[in-house]
Formats: sequence, structure tokens, C-alpha cells
Amino acid sequence: MATQNSRSAARLMMAPAVILLLGWMLVPLVMTLLFSFKKYLPLRGGDLGWVGFDNYVRFVTSSAFWPSVSATLIIVGGVLAITVGLGVLLAILLNQPMWGQGIVRILVISPFFVMPTVSALVWKNMFMDPVNGLFAHLWKFFGAAPVEWLSQASLQSIILIVSWQWLPFATLILLTAIQSLDREQLEAAEMDGAAPLQRFGYITLPHLGRAITVVVLIQTIFLLGIFAEIFVTTQGSFGTRTLTYLIYQRVLESQNVGLGSAGGVYAIILANIIAIFLMRMVGKNLDK
Amino acid sequence: MGRITLDKVSKSFGDVEVIPPLDLTIEDGDFTVFVGPSGCGKSTLLRLIAGLEDTSGGHIRIDSQDATHVPPAKRGLAMVFQSYALYPHMSVRKNIAFPMKMAGVSEEEQRRRIDAAAKALNLTDYLDRRPGQLSGGQRQRVAIGRAIVREPAAFLFDEPLSNLDAALRVGMRLEISELHKRLRTTMIYVTHDQVEAMTMADKIVVLRAGHIEQVGSPLELYRAPRNTFVAGFIGSPKMNLIEGPEAAKHGAHTIGVRPEHIDVVEENGIWQGTVGVAEHLGSDTFFHIHNTGLTDTLTVRALGEVTLSHGDTIHLSPRAEQIHKFDAQGLRIE
Repeated sequence: MATQNSRSAARLMMAPAVILLLGWMLVPLVMTLLFSFKKYLPLRGGDLGWVGFDNYVRFVTSSAFWPSVSATLIIVGGVLAITVGLGVLLAILLNQPMWGQGIVRILVISPFFVMPTVSALVWKNMFMDPVNGLFAHLWKFFGAAPVEWLSQASLQSIILIVSWQWLPFATLILLTAIQSLDREQLEAAEMDGAAPLQRFGYITLPHLGRAITVVVLIQTIFLLGIFAEIFVTTQGSFGTRTLTYLIYQRVLESQNVGLGSAGGVYAIILANIIAIFLMRMVGKNLDK
Repeated sequence: MGRITLDKVSKSFGDVEVIPPLDLTIEDGDFTVFVGPSGCGKSTLLRLIAGLEDTSGGHIRIDSQDATHVPPAKRGLAMVFQSYALYPHMSVRKNIAFPMKMAGVSEEEQRRRIDAAAKALNLTDYLDRRPGQLSGGQRQRVAIGRAIVREPAAFLFDEPLSNLDAALRVGMRLEISELHKRLRTTMIYVTHDQVEAMTMADKIVVLRAGHIEQVGSPLELYRAPRNTFVAGFIGSPKMNLIEGPEAAKHGAHTIGVRPEHIDVVEENGIWQGTVGVAEHLGSDTFFHIHNTGLTDTLTVRALGEVTLSHGDTIHLSPRAEQIHKFDAQGLRIE
């Protein structure tokens, strides 16, 4: 690839892929930006002309905006806390030599292969149903009144469902990280007088720092956009309306494409703010 | 204060007996080296003393206290690992401070001991660096520093120099020896390198398959190896072990002659052969000699520069008083 010829040939060869990717990204982005400055109501008159920043102002001042941002952050934060916390514990457990290790590891990873819609439906109908759900039976067995999970503890329920899906991913990444921990370091700490919990705190956890950052980064990207779990369970009611869901409602339920597009732009900004913070965190951790 | 006594100590992993019951006393202040080929159980023995492995039988006493079931941290021993086992996310200072922090030593005392250790080990300029930014030799010194500040009853070294290059190894060997002379603390040192054992030890313990083959000072082992295994293991290059009629002449099953105890003579040598490879080191020349009718290859050391080359005939005379005799079981005949 040294000569001028081969370099320009390479550019030519790559061009179709680059153009396709750019188009795929740029066209929707430009259209979103375009619509966000228009009053566009497909079933109520169609394109009604430019309105400047009206949509942006309306989207932010709507009473649903800030609750949706906080719901998004609570779900992302909750899922991250649960998956990282339990992921570390599970990784340590799975790293212990035991009988049937291979099968147990596959079982632990399997929830990741279940589609979000399916897993949410399974949780909703099989576990959380207040009449026939397994949780309801369990509560009744102990003489308690069954909890109506999706209405009384809606955010927690969503967090539970999403955590169940993402726990395998966190566990997998953390398990590989824990396997690369030098056994002699733990032995040295043991000789230095560190108790098991201190060994975990001073040796294992710092060693996992990098893997935890990677888990947090990747999961955040995907969790900011969760939709199916909310769509098939609460439909955005009981305080589970995330920013993504709010945009969906504005565009498809209220048929207000302009307003929804403005919301989409806000979502891009929010995601980027979080991404910048995370990248800094990762950068700091990877510098070590 | 660091007299370590092993009394019928044994270790099995499942059905495999790695160390059959074994007795050994390590005197206070001694530099003891466990040496043997890989897989001889020397590291396992060290880990048993450290408490990182549980014994399958027998007792370990440290300063006449039974330490068999005492957790590693409470035995008052410090260990230097083959991989150094430094904590990569902590600075050198924090690495060295770690055992004191765990023991609840006051901040002031910690600082005093760290400064003293850093000064002794030439680490003062590196205290705020991370282990990843140090060279192999510096990492090794940090690991030793971490052991020193604990003021242990004994130091345990598990092949500490095997990750260093040859030149550095010689330097660190001297540093550890000097450290021992200064501290006069018991040190147990595991290695597979007999040169390290010979140069550093007060007492060498030669191990094979978990058995102690011989215990003694380096020169005792050199002068009077108890069996053919020790004879072949101690000394560099290896002792020539000769069986058959030549050995029978001396009334033994096997005779052993070290390369440095065979003289190269002009003619009328007792043995003769053809030169295979000649290794010229300047101060010495090592000849690998074939067709002697004794063994496949006979190694001979000649002092200085000798100008014999491949294919030449060489005449040799072993020094009669330096011939070691062994019986059919490989045991020394006096």
C-alpha cells in the first residue's frame, strides 16, 4: 500500500462502503433535523410549513419531558448497578473450579440469547402477572397479597427485566477479566496479611476496573435506547416513559413528526453528553 | 529469629504424592537454597512453609512454635514471587506500604520503613511510579522491598531471578547475597539454577522427586556428592559419569570426574579421543570429546586458550585423587 497508485486504488475500492454507510447515517439524521423545524402532522394536514424552534420549545416545556429524562436515567443507572454488582459476584463464583462448570457457564449466558420482546413477555406473563404469575403464587404461599408488579413497582420491574437480559453480558466480560488475574498477586496479598474481603477490594476490584468501564460504556449505549421491554409491558404508563418511548408516542401515537424529531435531536444530545463522560472515564482507566 | 523445622512434612495432590514425608531443619540466619530439576517439588516445599499450600501430614515449626495450621500472614514470613506479584494499580510506595497497612502500622512508622527500604534498594527515585513503568530488575527490588518492610522471621524466594536477563541476574544475585549479609535473616531460596545455588547458599538442599538427595554447604556438595544425581547436578559444566570397564578398574560401578579435574596432556594420556565442539571462553576452553570409549561425550576444561580444533586427537589424564566412585545404586563409595 505504499505507492500512490495502490493508495488511490484502495480509496476507490473503499468508496462504495463508505458512501453507503454515510448515506445510511446521514439521510435519517438530516431528515430528522429537517422535520424538527417543521409542523408536520401526517394525518392532520401533512406538511404545514416551517416553524423555527417551536417544536424544540414545546418538547422541553411539555410536562412529560423531565420525567422521561429521569425515568431513562433511573433505568440505565439501575440496570448498570445491578448488572455490574451481580456480574462481579457471578464472575467470581464461576471462576471457582466446580463440577459442571461448562454447562453452568452456558446457562448463565443463555438469557442474552432471548429476544427482548420475548423475555419481557415471559417476565410479564409468567412471573409478574398478579393473578397467575409465579411471584403471585409465591406471595400467596406466604400469605401476602400479590404485588401488581408492573403498576405498583413499574420502574423496578422494568429494571429487573432488563437487568436479567444484560447480566450475562456483564458476567461474561468480567469473567474473562477475572481469569487474567495473576494468582501470585492474590497469594502475595494473602502473605501480606490481607483478609479475603481486603484482597477483593485491593486486588481483584482494581484489576476489574477496566472491564467494568467497558461493560458500563457498552451497556449504556444500548440501554439508552431500550424500547421493546417497555412497549410490551407498561406501554409507557406508571412512570416508565423513557425519552425513547416519549419520542415514539409523539411521532406514532400523536402523529406529530415535527415534535418527535425535535425530541430525537434532544436524545442525540443527551446520549452524547453521557458518551463524553463515559469516554473520559474509559480513557482514564485505559491509560493505566 | 527464624529457625524453621520440618518434621515428617508431606504433600499429596489427590493421589499423587509430590513430597513424601521429609525432615529438614533450617537454622536461624542461614541462606538455604532448595535446588533441583523442574518438577522436583522445591516450589511446593516453599509454598508449604509459606502456608500457601496445606500440608498432607507432618508439622512445620517456626521458632519452635507449631505453624502447621497457622494462616500465611501470621507466620511472620515474607515471600518474593517469580512474577514479582506487584500490585499493578498501586505506586511503588503503596506496594511497599501494603503489608504494613494490612498490619496496622502507624503512618509515620510506615514512612520511616519505606524510606529506609527505598534507600537500601536504590528505589528512592521511583517511589511514585507504577510497577508497569519499571524495568525487571527494579520490579524485583520493589518485591524485595515489600518483603523487607515486614521485618519477617524469614524470607522466602521463589525463583526470583528467572525472569531477568543473564547480566541482570548476576547483579541481583550479588544484591540478594549482600542483603543477607546485612540483615542476617533466615532466607530460603528456590531455584533450578545450580550456579545460583552454589554462589549464594550457606546450605544447599538438593531435591529430586520430593526427596532430599543431599544437604550441605556448596563446597561439601562439590567435593563429596553423596550420589550420582547430586554429582551430575552440582557443578558446571556437569561431571562426567563413566560406567563399564574403566569404572571397574577403580573398583566402582560408576566413576565421576569433573571437567576441571581432567588435564590435557601432550601425549601418553590415560584417555584419548577426538575433539567435537570446542567452546572458547577466553579464560577457559571447554572441549566436548568423542570416541573416548568411555561415554558418548566427555567434557574437559582446559585453562586459557588451547588451540585444538574439531577433529583433532586429544590426550587426557584425570587426576586420580579427584575421581569420585559410586556403587551400582549410585551411592558414593568412600
